[in-house]
Amino acid sequence: MTVENGSVETEGYVRKTLIPPAPPPRRLGGPLAWARTNLFASWTDGVVTLLILAALAWLVPEALRFLVLDAVWTGTSGEACRPEVVGHPVGACWAFIGEKINYLAYGSYPAAERWRPNLFFALLAFGGAWMLWLDAPKRAWGAAYLFLAFPVLAYALLAGMPALGLAAVATGLWGGLLVTVVVSMVGIVASLPLGILLALGRRSDWPVVRYACIGFIEFWRGVPLITVLFMANVMLPLFLPGDVTVDRLVRPLIGIALFASAYMAEVVRGGLQAIPEGQMRAALALGLTKTQALRAVVLPQALKIVVPGIVNTLIGLFKDTTLVSIVGIADFIRVLEAARADPRWSAPAVPATAYAFAALFYFAVCFGMARYAGFIERRLAAGEAR
Amino acid sequence: MTDTPAVAFSGVNAWFGTTHVLRAIDLTVARGETLVICGPSGSGKSTLIRAVNGLVAHQSGTLRVAGLLLDGSAHATDAVRARVGMVFQQFNLFPHLTVLENCTLAPLHVRRLGLKAARDLAMGQLERVHLADKADSTPADLSGGQQQRVAIARALCLEPEVMLFDEPTSALDPEMVGEVLDTLTDLAAGGTTLLCVTHEMGFARAVADRVVFMDEGQIVEIAPPDAFFDRPRHPRTQGFLGRILG
Amino acid sequence: MAESRTSSWRALAVQTLLVLALAALAYVAATNAGQKLARQGIVAGFGFLARPAGFDIGQSLIPYAAATATYLDAFLVGLLNTLLVSALAIVISTGLGFAIGIARRSGNLLARSVAAAYVEGFRNLPLLLQLLVWYVAVRVALPASGDPAAWGGAFLSQRGLFLPRPDFFGWAALVPLASAAGLLALWLLVRASRRAVALGKKPVSVPWPGALLVLGLPALAWIGLALAGHPVPVAWPARGPYDIEGGLALRPEFAALLIGLSTYSAAFIAEIVRSGLDSVARGQREAAAALSLSRGQALRLVVLPQAMRVIVPPLTSQYLSTTKNSSLAVLIGYPDLVHVFMGTVLNQTNQAVEVVAITMGVYLTLSLATALLMNRTNARVAGGRP
Repeated sequence: MTVENGSVETEGYVRKTLIPPAPPPRRLGGPLAWARTNLFASWTDGVVTLLILAALAWLVPEALRFLVLDAVWTGTSGEACRPEVVGHPVGACWAFIGEKINYLAYGSYPAAERWRPNLFFALLAFGGAWMLWLDAPKRAWGAAYLFLAFPVLAYALLAGMPALGLAAVATGLWGGLLVTVVVSMVGIVASLPLGILLALGRRSDWPVVRYACIGFIEFWRGVPLITVLFMANVMLPLFLPGDVTVDRLVRPLIGIALFASAYMAEVVRGGLQAIPEGQMRAALALGLTKTQALRAVVLPQALKIVVPGIVNTLIGLFKDTTLVSIVGIADFIRVLEAARADPRWSAPAVPATAYAFAALFYFAVCFGMARYAGFIERRLAAGEAR
Repeated sequence: MTDTPAVAFSGVNAWFGTTHVLRAIDLTVARGETLVICGPSGSGKSTLIRAVNGLVAHQSGTLRVAGLLLDGSAHATDAVRARVGMVFQQFNLFPHLTVLENCTLAPLHVRRLGLKAARDLAMGQLERVHLADKADSTPADLSGGQQQRVAIARALCLEPEVMLFDEPTSALDPEMVGEVLDTLTDLAAGGTTLLCVTHEMGFARAVADRVVFMDEGQIVEIAPPDAFFDRPRHPRTQGFLGRILG
Repeated sequence: MAESRTSSWRALAVQTLLVLALAALAYVAATNAGQKLARQGIVAGFGFLARPAGFDIGQSLIPYAAATATYLDAFLVGLLNTLLVSALAIVISTGLGFAIGIARRSGNLLARSVAAAYVEGFRNLPLLLQLLVWYVAVRVALPASGDPAAWGGAFLSQRGLFLPRPDFFGWAALVPLASAAGLLALWLLVRASRRAVALGKKPVSVPWPGALLVLGLPALAWIGLALAGHPVPVAWPARGPYDIEGGLALRPEFAALLIGLSTYSAAFIAEIVRSGLDSVARGQREAAAALSLSRGQALRLVVLPQAMRVIVPPLTSQYLSTTKNSSLAVLIGYPDLVHVFMGTVLNQTNQAVEVVAITMGVYLTLSLATALLMNRTNARVAGGRP
């Protein structure tokens, strides 16, 4: 079929010389065009942009003023942070944090023995780095260290072992960052092995094992952590025989360990489900028993996949440790609350400073761990894509 | 008295980041013309037709579609899209709506027709692609060929001046390619302006008014189908046809 | 996989041992607890619920007087308070969460950035810390208790928001009944509309008649009762010698908890919504754009309906989380179930086992109900057309 057309190319067209690629022009119209598409694409867009800019114009200078410009960095008492004494408006009272920093980090741990919590932190960081760095050598040794050797070492260091020359320090004296880290660490170290066992038990062929695991997991996932802590506080002494008492710190630790293991079990279960059935069948065809196949083939792959999920659980656990303050354990938040009640440091800026410091601390740790989890996830995804 | 062309590219260049994806495109498509665009993968064929309805933005040159200038503003882009229908390689039917609802979506919400008018329009287009009996099925109930014909009907419900096809049969099983190409042939015969990116050379030979060959983001050769397939002039075209047809 | 006879005997033996071990453990724990409780003179059983409570509760949806209330009444008040704050927090956080989640994928750069900052900020701070801050903020924002703001019969001060409270008992119970009837009629209307569409007929209009039914029927009942000589009794707040008395008191603790729960949960819901939006194939957006639908129309008609499939399951989990998180009320003194029952009542009666069992039972029931509801909704959303 032919069509009347007025175009030039009735007889066809052939290009004489091919055009090489050229670099793009500098943004036509410059920043104005960019703003038009990204900020003012429509009337509603424009209104939203202006509202947000107005809010930021108020918020950012205020925050800067409080945190940095009007902040008081040195001083020995609340007077340094009171506007009428200093003579100008006062922002955050960082001097308060500076003076209290040891109390915030160690609680009432005896000053002479503070090298022990420091050593504990160092050993924990070492073990954590070993496990979280995916390229680290001999990570199985790292697991043995972190889950078996380190807890014993930590207990001896922190609680004391007179036989080794380490004076006993009552758990009631521990406080602040030390307690927060101990609770988180116990949570992870206890919940990961237990969670793996529960996840495997949930897939078991034996009904008793399977339903016991399902019941256990659904129970701890169905109730709030606070009720678990209250329950541990009140009921553990009842269930134990005779006059056996459980240390006040150990009770919420047990509660948290059981609670976290149920959530960890679900994370591991997700990883196990992601491993194709073919892996198990191939391993069995090679003559491995089911247990050997699990241990050597399925579980290692599943655990690698769920490292981001485990880190996310760790983040949640780190935030949840704040709840132990409700059952009287001196964690970071509680210690901060006690510190700001000090009459020597009474000034209107001090409570706000305390909360700001806590927020910065928790945000830095949790955001950092979340970023790391995302990094691992991307690396794993890149590894899978071939 | 000349008609305004359906599509007019003049010196159009486009970049994705720093990659020069469309280079100095000059092309005029008359109303009612059927244009087939072919070329190796990565040559910019899909980018070219996506520029026609503004799914891809161009950074230099002028592009006029149905007489309207695409200047990058949302207003112009929306106006052009209302007059240009597009059919995708992956059909892109809306799985949560029935076939009829897929077709009435645009008439109801963009052209603001009443419910009855929209349904009548949709049923008319579905008749045209011979799928009126499937009006209440969901896309999941249909074969690939049927889904693509529904996608064509959905685009036709815009009553567009230009229809764009981005490799409409590439994702279909071979036995269903024929029914879709038949639909395209009917459309071409009916006088709609068609721009079609395809590897189906038999279809191009039978139905196209002109064939465009693209390579490395630029138009290398344009010719009527007989001249194009029997006497390709540019060495690149000859190499491409040799690989495809040889 | 057929098991040999020996391994099935082994399975039976091991499982029986397991059951016996668990039973033995339970028996030992129960005996210990029984002995210790008996020594303290505590009677087992739920009879304590009928005893008088003797303590006041700051906020209650039903009439509660310290002089006449029993522990069972206290339990009901706590339960209703938990449900009230959870339900409201769920509604608010859903609206806020969807808005922020959609903003994260907006074309406006500022909106995207602010939404991302909101999500990262609220997700990476412990809820407990956020509640502490909101509690301070709310009290600072309210007028002093000596000089409350008042309008239309309501009062607002640092002691709380005081509203007139209708008492739906006796004849007045017709009003909530009419409300329930309105909801039932709405459900029937929705079903009728769906059936009409399936048969190809014009759909029945739902929003306006539905609103008329849900709001109009109770209003009719109210007016009808008044005309019939049994008007609904309403308790109006009035300024007493020390405090505002009467009416429905909503305490600052309630406001702080509600705001804290809502903003925290909204951050998680925003992530769920964003994830759901991302799960919709890019081709769908392209096709919608090619049909010249605006961004808003494409979102409403094409993307969001498909995203809901991915959004609903984690959304229901988040609702359950919010309900469990409401137990943090004990931190700021809002009288929820845990604070009233597991706190005050347990301390007063020492009926540890019963109180813990009842409280856990309530939360487990809520978890189970949510899981069942989610399975049903999931089947409907994933199954396509209802």
